[in-house]
Amino acid sequence: MIIRCPYCGPRDVIEFTYQGDATRRRPDPASSDQDAWNSYIYDRTNPGGSHREFWLHGGGCRQHLVITRDMTTHAISSVAFARSIVAGESS
Amino acid sequence: MTSSRLSKGGRIDRSRSIRFLFDGKAYSGHPGDTLASALLANGITLFGRSFKYHRPRGVFAAGSDEPNALVTVLSGDVREPNVRATELEIFDGLVTRSQNRFPSLEHDFLAVNQLAGPLFSAGFYYKTFMGPAIGPLRGTRFWMFCEKFIRRAAGLGKAGTSPDPERYERMNAFCDILVVGSGPGGLIAAEAAAATGARVIIAEERPLAGGSLLASGEMIDGRNPAVWAREKAEALASLPNVRFLTRTSVWGYYDGNVLTAVEHVSDYKPNRTKGLARQRHWVIRTGRVILATGAFERPMVFPGNDRPGVMLADAMRRYAIEYGVATGSAVTLFTNNDSAYDAARALSIGGVNVVAIVDVRPDISGTCRDIASVAGAELLLGHAVTATHAGKTLSSITVQHFNAETGRVSGAPREIRTDSLGVSGGWSPAIHLASQAGGKPEWDEDLQAFLPPEPNQNWVMTGSAAGYMDTISVMSDAATKGSAKSRLVLPAVEAPMLDSSPAPVFEIEPAIKSQKAFVDFQHDVTADDIRLAYREGFHSVEHLKRYTTLGMATDQGKTSNVPGLAIMADVRGISIPQAGTTRFRPPFTPVSLGALAAERHGDLRPHRLTPMHDWHLANGAKTYEAGLWHRPMIYSSHGETIEQAYTREAKAVRDSVGIVDVSTLGKIDIQGPDAAEFLDRVYTNMFSTLPVGKARYGLMLREDGIAFDDGTTWRLGETQFLMTTTTANAGPVMQHLEYYLDCVWPELRVHLTSVTDVWAGSAVSGPKARAVLEGCVTGTKVDNDTLPFMGIVRGKIADVPVMICRLSFSGELAYEVYCGAGYGVHIWEALLAAGKPFAILPYGLEALGTLRIEKGHVTGAEIDGRTTAHDLHLDWMLSKKKPFIGSAMVHREGLKNENRLSLVGLISLDNQSINGGSHIVTDPRPREPADSFGHVTAACYSPALGKYIALALVKHGTSMIGNRAFATDLLRDKHCAVEIVSHHMFDAEGSRMHG
Ligand SMILES: [Zn+2]
Repeated sequence: MIIRCPYCGPRDVIEFTYQGDATRRRPDPASSDQDAWNSYIYDRTNPGGSHREFWLHGGGCRQHLVITRDMTTHAISSVAFARSIVAGESS
Repeated sequence: MTSSRLSKGGRIDRSRSIRFLFDGKAYSGHPGDTLASALLANGITLFGRSFKYHRPRGVFAAGSDEPNALVTVLSGDVREPNVRATELEIFDGLVTRSQNRFPSLEHDFLAVNQLAGPLFSAGFYYKTFMGPAIGPLRGTRFWMFCEKFIRRAAGLGKAGTSPDPERYERMNAFCDILVVGSGPGGLIAAEAAAATGARVIIAEERPLAGGSLLASGEMIDGRNPAVWAREKAEALASLPNVRFLTRTSVWGYYDGNVLTAVEHVSDYKPNRTKGLARQRHWVIRTGRVILATGAFERPMVFPGNDRPGVMLADAMRRYAIEYGVATGSAVTLFTNNDSAYDAARALSIGGVNVVAIVDVRPDISGTCRDIASVAGAELLLGHAVTATHAGKTLSSITVQHFNAETGRVSGAPREIRTDSLGVSGGWSPAIHLASQAGGKPEWDEDLQAFLPPEPNQNWVMTGSAAGYMDTISVMSDAATKGSAKSRLVLPAVEAPMLDSSPAPVFEIEPAIKSQKAFVDFQHDVTADDIRLAYREGFHSVEHLKRYTTLGMATDQGKTSNVPGLAIMADVRGISIPQAGTTRFRPPFTPVSLGALAAERHGDLRPHRLTPMHDWHLANGAKTYEAGLWHRPMIYSSHGETIEQAYTREAKAVRDSVGIVDVSTLGKIDIQGPDAAEFLDRVYTNMFSTLPVGKARYGLMLREDGIAFDDGTTWRLGETQFLMTTTTANAGPVMQHLEYYLDCVWPELRVHLTSVTDVWAGSAVSGPKARAVLEGCVTGTKVDNDTLPFMGIVRGKIADVPVMICRLSFSGELAYEVYCGAGYGVHIWEALLAAGKPFAILPYGLEALGTLRIEKGHVTGAEIDGRTTAHDLHLDWMLSKKKPFIGSAMVHREGLKNENRLSLVGLISLDNQSINGGSHIVTDPRPREPADSFGHVTAACYSPALGKYIALALVKHGTSMIGNRAFATDLLRDKHCAVEIVSHHMFDAEGSRMHG
């Protein structure tokens, strides 16, 4: 699998580390809603088709990326810096 | 008479002879021969013994689909098992041996396994080795008992045990178009692709290009097709944008159009140039793939179909045309399709005597009849072979009437004398790579075969792999697959008009069977095994495959896949596409581990050495590895034991002063306007309140509330911190922090830099530590007011800038002195010189461990991914004023359960050392099995207490204090009586480090 890092260019998957589901959102830090935290920490969906994931480019720019990937074909449809995606969504 | 060399023909070089050994006997062949063709030319038809039944087996195919003729190649002490004799090129001095026979190929004692046939049927292992519920052979014990006998009886070649001295190499390649296969389809597709200027790689698994053209009886542009193919390949290889790889098997197709291949660089050469790799492993990244992988002929399933002398009709043709070898003196063919007639034609042109053609079809085309009559072969239409005869090799076959519609065998058996039977059950496109790429194959009723699926990556298939079964349509399809705008002028092909559609007959099943009918030759799976699997409830192809092991041998069922599915579909009363097929997995052909590893063997880890490493070695340090780091364990002097050495070192720290290298601690520079806020979120305790110039001990949790790491963080400025982590967690903590900054709190203005290797650290500990610093530090005072506990000062030692923080892991008055890594030894030696009046001693990790165990300080042994702050008595560090990572989950009921293990100290009551990892039990030799209620995490001899002590995680830890128990190590049979005490075993008030 080749991942097109927005900073480093196309690189082999061996340079990257999977960092988990990028669709989940961390509850309000002050929240004590155990169900919400439980779901954030433990619940993972495993959808067939398109899914968003965090990947760390540890063998390159050390940026976390948000990758949209098809779980059945592994085809990657978009790659972006996690910082800009997450900042954009929380604002 | 049996197989022999023909007087003419073949692309072998008859002017030269090659000598080689097979089972200790010398034979000769010619350049161009494979081991299979050379042995056949010498009249050898027995090649090995089968997997389960030890039945004699001969060569069955002529290429990578060979299921039977596997040999072991010996070279010095090195042995390579399971090499296909049909692909192994002979060279002078080649030494080979047959496999799975005992004691010899001719006389195999284990052939009695055949008599026990039913025992070895489908699911044999599962059924036989489920031991009874009680008794001496209960559970898996029966298997354990039988295993060594089974291993001898069943199996393929034996792997060697000596190191492989050969060199292997790896290559990465990039191209626009990769063409796999160089038969008529591959050559034309590559030519069309190369004409567009694209960068093309062609990979051919055989030593030379041509594929089916090498053994075809056709004419291309009025010339021998093999010559046409050779010239075409040479022209392509000479183009600047084409790389032509022969002896290169593409074995894997991965995501992103990444394909893997193995090239046989020199393992077919007698005298290899020094330094030349034996094999080269290729990783090819390509824009587009053209799969021109050809098709595999299928066998027919009938009684006695595994006898040596029975082989694929196309293999028979290839031995004659390519190698000038007649597989017998009176050859017969058995078929359900026209391609066997093409083989008959080629065989008779090549000078092979074809005596009869047995065809299950009641009628055939005029072309086929003509071929049979020209070849002088008797035609037996509407007939089938129902048995084969003779001992180790074939002497005759039994033929009976056969109705292709009903599958019924009838009429009187007739015996035909023949020493070589060629079978053809139709053709299966080699869709393995496409299947690996993830596509689901589609059944073609006309070809009675699975065709390539819809592409899900950028690939196309052409040639017979795509279902084009004659050279003319192969070439015209290949030109457009090579380039949609191709204007290639295709050559003229003269070939007989044959029908590519076989009769849908896969198995001949007479009412009375006296012989086994094999489907998977390599794993000895019979048609009856498949029916048995069905009766026992294994209906899905996935279950069938695993229960019978059909198609799971090293040939991956290249010949057996479709016949096996057809029989399963038949017993279930459904169609083959309804039964479905399984997905092919890499590798397409076996790949040696040497080629995969290439130069990557031996110790591949980086070795991390601190700046003071050489000093440690020069001064008697015995080191050990802590992760990637090499760290001093002890500094030994004159024959001390390890315990004596660390006791001496630890005592020096408590009595006067010691120095230890702490450069390995993880160090992260944290800067930015939000750095303090960031630390408040990642640590359980508060850091925003920490004054500049002070350090604080911090604890990090995971999101689920489990303890993650601890260390001190120093505030160097309003917006700058230096975080230290445990040695082992330096990387994980960095990644953890980066994750939160990138993925959770992108709004925080914080920058992280790993500075572990930038600083060298020396910790000076002991009552005289301050006196040592006073003797060498300039530019700052180090008295208690200037440098209080957890204070930081900057100054110089021996003219070099240092940063000193007063903190203690040993429980003594102690300082960590940090300097630029390049000055590590300089500062270390200056500190030693200043410590000389106090008899300063360097100490290693063992003494460091002893000092911290005495104090009850935790490390990775206790922060083990299961313990919480409560378990470790660090709950005082959990701030209630702010949320932090893990704050929501740390107070969960389950994490505060009384039953959890918590940290305690142990003191040995019988003056015995306590083994690390021992279990805490009430009775070390209970009559009934009893639970352990804890375990030892670290143990040592404590010079301060004069006793053997340990830290342990124990159920109901705190309330157990004062009780007695045993620390029991069942592996070493060591049982130590202990008293459970507080983990603060020495100087609980901490008066020493605050002094
Ligand atoms: Zn990158």
